[in-house]
Amino acid sequence: MISFIKSGLMTTVQDGGRTGYQRFGMPTAGAMDRYAMYLANTLVGNDMDAAVLEATVSGPKLLFQTGCAFAITGADMQARLDGMPVEPNRAYSAQKGSLLELRYAMSGCRSYIAFAGGLAVQSVMGSCSTYTKAKIGGIDGRRANDGDTIKLLSPKKTLKNMALRHAGGALIPAYGSGVTLRVTLGPQQDRFTEAGLAALFSEEYTVTSESDRMGCRLMGKELELAGNKTADIVSDAVAFGSVQAPNGRPIIMMADHQTTGGYAKPCCVITADIPLAAQLKPGDKVRFMPISVEQAQSIHLEHMKRLKAFSDTIEHGFLLKHRPLLMHLAGRGFNIQVDEVLKT
Amino acid sequence: MDYEARILTLSDNAVTVQFGETIDPEINLRVQLAYKMINASGIRGIIELVPTYRSLSVYYDPAELSLSALKAEIEPLIKDIKAAADERGELIRIPVAYGGKYGEDLSRVAGLNGLSEQEVISIHTEPEYPIYMLGFLPGFCYLGGMDKRIAAPRLATPRVKIAAGSVGIAGSQTGIYPIDSPGGWQLIGRTPKKLYDPNREKPILLEAGMRIKFYSIDEEEFLRISRLEGGDEP
Repeated sequence: MISFIKSGLMTTVQDGGRTGYQRFGMPTAGAMDRYAMYLANTLVGNDMDAAVLEATVSGPKLLFQTGCAFAITGADMQARLDGMPVEPNRAYSAQKGSLLELRYAMSGCRSYIAFAGGLAVQSVMGSCSTYTKAKIGGIDGRRANDGDTIKLLSPKKTLKNMALRHAGGALIPAYGSGVTLRVTLGPQQDRFTEAGLAALFSEEYTVTSESDRMGCRLMGKELELAGNKTADIVSDAVAFGSVQAPNGRPIIMMADHQTTGGYAKPCCVITADIPLAAQLKPGDKVRFMPISVEQAQSIHLEHMKRLKAFSDTIEHGFLLKHRPLLMHLAGRGFNIQVDEVLKT
Repeated sequence: MDYEARILTLSDNAVTVQFGETIDPEINLRVQLAYKMINASGIRGIIELVPTYRSLSVYYDPAELSLSALKAEIEPLIKDIKAAADERGELIRIPVAYGGKYGEDLSRVAGLNGLSEQEVISIHTEPEYPIYMLGFLPGFCYLGGMDKRIAAPRLATPRVKIAAGSVGIAGSQTGIYPIDSPGGWQLIGRTPKKLYDPNREKPILLEAGMRIKFYSIDEEEFLRISRLEGGDEP
């Protein structure tokens, strides 16, 4: 069992989201930064989509009533375990009675804490994710309060290959101000002028303080509407990452977004960049760049492949994989074989 | 007028198949038919379908299904969808206690339209309302077909909390709040039926394509049904 000595600003239980009920108006919810959740779970040997804690801006102070391995990913909240610094993106073993304290997000906005063996949270409509508006999932459908406790499903105090359970490189995106979010165009880009869209893809936007798990609101150059068009449409489906533009001001629809909406959507943030949007704080700057659906999908699938390879490495303790690469250097082509091997 | 169905990009893992640009019973019937056909097709890699007023969104897993493969699968299915007039959805009857503490704005809605409360109830219980889509809140149905004689503007100051089951009017739309929620609709009654119960096998009672018909009940009946539904005392 884990006790919340302090709950943090907005700490909820989240997982891969509530799939299959959007046609009934039920938002999927789930982790805002899915990649960080996948990585936290991978580091402690859980299913990628298992329930984790999502901390926002300022993290919780937790008491381990049971010893358990854990990992923190996403925003760096300068965590300490019994006073000793805890590196992000690395698995640790906490003893019974250990105190884990997260502070303020230095980079990014949201941290994810995964516990080896997972959280014992009742699944509601196929998911443990907290959706506060309908008061379901997680801890009684709400954010954690001081004094709450949460049971661990099958706590594992240690895991094999602890030294390997540390992620870096391409698995860790660079969060913060100044990121570029890649988007796919549609479905209502024709509601806006070419100049309007060109501005969207060249101007810088600033995240406002009205941003939350439903949407990330932006200030900046207004999107110009085409001719006699308005930003109002006959309501249709809204996706995670959809950019709406009521009054020409963009809002990125996030994990708790409503399933349908009545504003024109010029574009949608690609799956691989939604984590960057999830980590934006008020005042951060952001730009948009359009790419094709095929490119967007291959970027995401490539990331998932890397994550799978990382998982194989730490779970099986070895990976001997031949990876052929073709490199062009000074006008000449080279065939290179790269062997990924066990890191010790 | 024939509108060629168009497949639009919603995201890198969803497309929106659009059948028209307006709120129209016939367009919505085509959406419902497309939903049924694609749902029954068992295309591998489709995650979920979201029917709305005039389009059907298809969420898919790009690891299993490419965009071009998805288009190739659904194009023949949606090409010749024609809604036959007799293809109407299941009719669900919804009991409503009108007026009094269950519908505090009934007298105002009546007054605004120069009707008696009983006339508003008669007009409201007369039609079969098609459910065009769900959205806004879990279980919230967008209904068509309300009689404009009982139309009423939204409240100037929205209520902080409207009880689940409340039946309201906003403009020329009527609807039921599935969960407690803030809102500005004029409340004319309340149903003891639970539209949304996350712990029920079917968490959400109504779905797009169904039709509903309201019928008036008294307080005693409200309380009886409420107990059957395991609801809270009003």
